[in-house]
Amino acid sequence: MTKTWDATSEHLLRELAPQVLGAVARRFRDFSSAEDAVQEAMIAAFSQWPQEGVPENPRGWLIQVACRRMTDQVRSEIARRERETVVAAETANVASLLEIEADMDPDDTLILLFTCCHPALTPSSAIVLTLRAVGGLTTAEIANAFLVPEATMAQRISRAKQTIKASGTPFRLPSRHDRAGRLPAVLHVLYLIFSEGYTSSIGPHLQRFDLAREAIRLTRNTKTLLPENAEVAGLLALMLLTDARRAARTGPDEELIPLGKQDRSLWDHVEISEGIALLTAALAKGAVGLYQLQAAIAAVHDEAQRAEDTDWRQILALYELLKRVSPSPMVTLNHAIAAAMVHGPADGLQLLRALDTDPRVATHYRLAAVRAHLLEQTGDYEAAIEHYRIAAARTTSIPERNYLMTQAARLAGD
Amino acid sequence: MKYILMMNTMKTGHGVPEWPRKDLQAHIAFMHGANKELHERGELISAEGLSFPDQAKLVRAGKDGRPVTDGIFPESKEFLAGFWIIDVDSPQRAYEIAANMSAAPGPGGAPLNMPIEVRPIMSGPPPEML
Repeated sequence: MTKTWDATSEHLLRELAPQVLGAVARRFRDFSSAEDAVQEAMIAAFSQWPQEGVPENPRGWLIQVACRRMTDQVRSEIARRERETVVAAETANVASLLEIEADMDPDDTLILLFTCCHPALTPSSAIVLTLRAVGGLTTAEIANAFLVPEATMAQRISRAKQTIKASGTPFRLPSRHDRAGRLPAVLHVLYLIFSEGYTSSIGPHLQRFDLAREAIRLTRNTKTLLPENAEVAGLLALMLLTDARRAARTGPDEELIPLGKQDRSLWDHVEISEGIALLTAALAKGAVGLYQLQAAIAAVHDEAQRAEDTDWRQILALYELLKRVSPSPMVTLNHAIAAAMVHGPADGLQLLRALDTDPRVATHYRLAAVRAHLLEQTGDYEAAIEHYRIAAARTTSIPERNYLMTQAARLAGD
Repeated sequence: MKYILMMNTMKTGHGVPEWPRKDLQAHIAFMHGANKELHERGELISAEGLSFPDQAKLVRAGKDGRPVTDGIFPESKEFLAGFWIIDVDSPQRAYEIAANMSAAPGPGGAPLNMPIEVRPIMSGPPPEML
């Protein structure tokens, strides 16, 4: 008995991936091999289900295929070591699939998230491992999203797993205390996946896997697993409130359209409503953090019918709070913009001066771009042109470079 | 972050370097090993070696839009011998890889210290654009 493969099947398959992996990894006490086995089961499902239909028990099917791979691996390992007696015992160990299925734990996905966002990994390694192990993406899809060859991505994933193995961290949920300490790293990885997706949604490479949507899905699942955590909800709200503007962000030639000039009728009001509802509920819990504050700022922008209706005083107050909760040069930069909108460009330019001696941002294109924008507002067009051009020379994004060069050309009276 | 590493060699004549066999072999083995390591670290996107200058043509569109090729390579002191495209976590890592390639062994096993030009590859714009 099978069901026909349809639009929901792919979603189902990806939702099942971490559950199956969690159960198999706990059963075999080997995250790294289980992760490979589940990946193979996923690839088998992606090639067979669209033709043969979705099995009646898709979860059982995936577990069975993954366990068969694990057994094959164990067998060949043992054959290599010539310890035949253990084979029987290990084979018996995997026979009871129903047992494994009954043994599934909703916390498995959470364990996987903490495992993949391990402190020993660089963010870029944590991102790709999370996408494969928690997101159920294939190596080919991840390679496509990051525009690298599949073989390169496979190496990156396998190295990440070696690092985790070498760290000796057992496959179980960190203690409540450790969890609180490690959650920010998990949220940061989810945010980076979103950010990468948003970045790659513009550019010459169409047909890339939509990482922004994937990040939203993973964060939504994380929120289900940690319903009481206000920052998880804040992060989901931030993603939705940012993603809502996607269609308005570029013009017909993929040229960038800044927030103030976007056609707001193109914004996704379903996403905005959901984001605002999530944020309102999160803020009511009282523990205000970095993501809730950024979501709140995004919400103020999204709530304005027209750019000139934007409540900049509220945005300024939120940036002042954000500066205290999570200070960074980028926050200072955005704070300067908000200050300029409320108190005039001279105030904004004054705040930017503090960044000229900060090595993290002194030569960053964003500083030059914001300065150019504020100088233009003061009427100092000559200096504005100069800084737009400095920013254009420093950015590593072609759409942004085009935007900045166009601003300079506009002021130069082309 | 993606970078291109461009290996420039001095344009001395149009032919292959005339090194002793063991030095050539050491150079080839070094490059092979370095590429293998980059691949195993999940950092290598592509590595290409380019033909020697005598295979190079300079092409411009003629009046009718058809290609006009220059038989002789124009005057330039340096010549692009090959390039790597890498994806790494930081600019420092890109410089480190470039320095390693630069020190590939030449005649007598001495490091060549070739100039390697490192340039970021452009990407899409990040969120929160002004």
